[in-house]
Amino acid sequence: MNSNTPEPITQSQLLKVTEPLPLISGATLTEYELVYETYGELNAEASNAILICHALSGDHHVAGVDAEGKKGWWYDYIGPGKVVDTNRFFVVCSNNLGGCRGSSGPTTLNPHTGKVYGPDFPIVTCKDWVQSQDRLRAHLGIEQWAALIGGSMGGMQVLQWAIDFPQKLRHAIVIAAAPRLSAQNIAFNEVARRAIMSDPDFHEGRFLEHGTTPKRGLALARMLGHLTYLSDDMMGSKFGRELREGKLQYNFEVEFQVESYLRYQGEKFATKQNFDANTYLLMTKALDYFDPAADYDHNLSLALAQAQAKFLVIAFTSDWRFSPQRSHEIVKALLDNDADVSYAEVTSEHGHDAFLLPNAHYEGVFSHYMQRVYEELTCLEKQA
Amino acid sequence: MNDSSMISTEFKLIADWIPKKSRVLDLGCGDGQLLRYLIDRHEVTGYGMELDPNKTILAMQNGINVIQSDLNNYDLNYYFDQHSFDYVIMTQALQVVGRPDILLEQMLTIGKNCIVTFPNFGHWRNRAQLLLRGQMPETETLPYHWYDTPNIHMCTFQDFEKLCAQKQIEVVARTVVNRQHNSTLAMRLAPNLLGEVALYQIRRK
Repeated sequence: MNSNTPEPITQSQLLKVTEPLPLISGATLTEYELVYETYGELNAEASNAILICHALSGDHHVAGVDAEGKKGWWYDYIGPGKVVDTNRFFVVCSNNLGGCRGSSGPTTLNPHTGKVYGPDFPIVTCKDWVQSQDRLRAHLGIEQWAALIGGSMGGMQVLQWAIDFPQKLRHAIVIAAAPRLSAQNIAFNEVARRAIMSDPDFHEGRFLEHGTTPKRGLALARMLGHLTYLSDDMMGSKFGRELREGKLQYNFEVEFQVESYLRYQGEKFATKQNFDANTYLLMTKALDYFDPAADYDHNLSLALAQAQAKFLVIAFTSDWRFSPQRSHEIVKALLDNDADVSYAEVTSEHGHDAFLLPNAHYEGVFSHYMQRVYEELTCLEKQA
Repeated sequence: MNDSSMISTEFKLIADWIPKKSRVLDLGCGDGQLLRYLIDRHEVTGYGMELDPNKTILAMQNGINVIQSDLNNYDLNYYFDQHSFDYVIMTQALQVVGRPDILLEQMLTIGKNCIVTFPNFGHWRNRAQLLLRGQMPETETLPYHWYDTPNIHMCTFQDFEKLCAQKQIEVVARTVVNRQHNSTLAMRLAPNLLGEVALYQIRRK
């Protein structure tokens, strides 16, 4: 995974779309912006492009190092000589609509009012994201993505792409995802949303106009979310019942290290990372609404019948947020369609977060699959 | 479980039974070489299934569709409908699974035809070791101790054919060979005593 090639400082770009985007909710975005980063070079045939879809709190800075020295969120896996090799592929990642890192969302200006959208930014779904990203595809002059890759929510977006634009991608890599949320998944999201919305600083979503942010609610939401990303085993081995002060205090301050850790994660997210509370609400809603089978009589096999991409599905043993069982549902639906699909079930103690972490089996399967994507590319070039 | 030259000979014998463009499932596909061989030479399509993580990486390298699965947790009927495949293949793995009889039933449901290969416990060398030394056989075909062998359900060709008869399974073809995958007249006359490895093509009656 190492390479000595110096990486240039990443710079984000902005696509301004003036063509209206009708949304699944019935609302319309008359105009919008998508912020994105690219890495590597698009080849002459425009056949080596890969789109990365980000997870709930992710953004467009997926690889490389930005001007502030911040590494991309999938830095270990994407870059020169890495699993997704930017010496071979032209990698694109955009911030989803409704996000808070530069694409149109609750923190950007509503062109009709001149004020920030705040809670007035319409509810967006996975299907809407795919539609908006297809504009980005066309803008970049890419007829067909060599591959789409995403983990967690990003994996669901990849699935949606394969269903909505079957001809626009050759490979779909769906990691630590699910074909729809379970009641438990939705329940966790709802608790997170209630935490945010019941914060006195929430001001019905108009907190920016009040010059504040619902930090406590957002921190709570993140603590809850973070909990679902980790596994019981991993928390056990990392914290156990280790005490912060060495002995029990018998009060409501932090007693156990795990409490301290969670509070830190919540604080960091709500203050230092400056994540927008309305975006958190929108992203969790988009997850709740994701259910591609719903349009097909709740039959996932039917939903995937039109997909033409070849699939790699990866799940992690200790992931209980989107367990291997959920990936099996995707694999089963693809097998029902005689689709080209490979599936790896990676042993890891890191829970849902495992998809971002180093792991020999994961990297082995992923990199050999990417080799296959690359070899196909050279075949395409010869045909051309 | 076997050296590679031997496996490639077995591949050729198996490939002879598989018509072009067949839909194939290879259970316990290992590094995927057999499926690769069949794709390259017989234009088959299909999947390999493998439990071992390292072998799934190699199978990925060989460019096959590999589904990592533990068939003790998910049975084949979960993944595949009846007659999903023209051929379901399982090489040198029947003797390592928990319930070979149940797995065979599943294979015969999802596949129109099945091909299984396994070592013959009734080979004279095995019989001789048990009879003369009073010890579990250790041979080049079965190079394990009784306590560390993955081969938990060894059978003889006769045992296998008896199971087939009980389960209304038709033996369409059988090839009995030695470790080098050669066949001799003697082997054909007394397969259960002289044959080391058998390849069976079977289907439901």
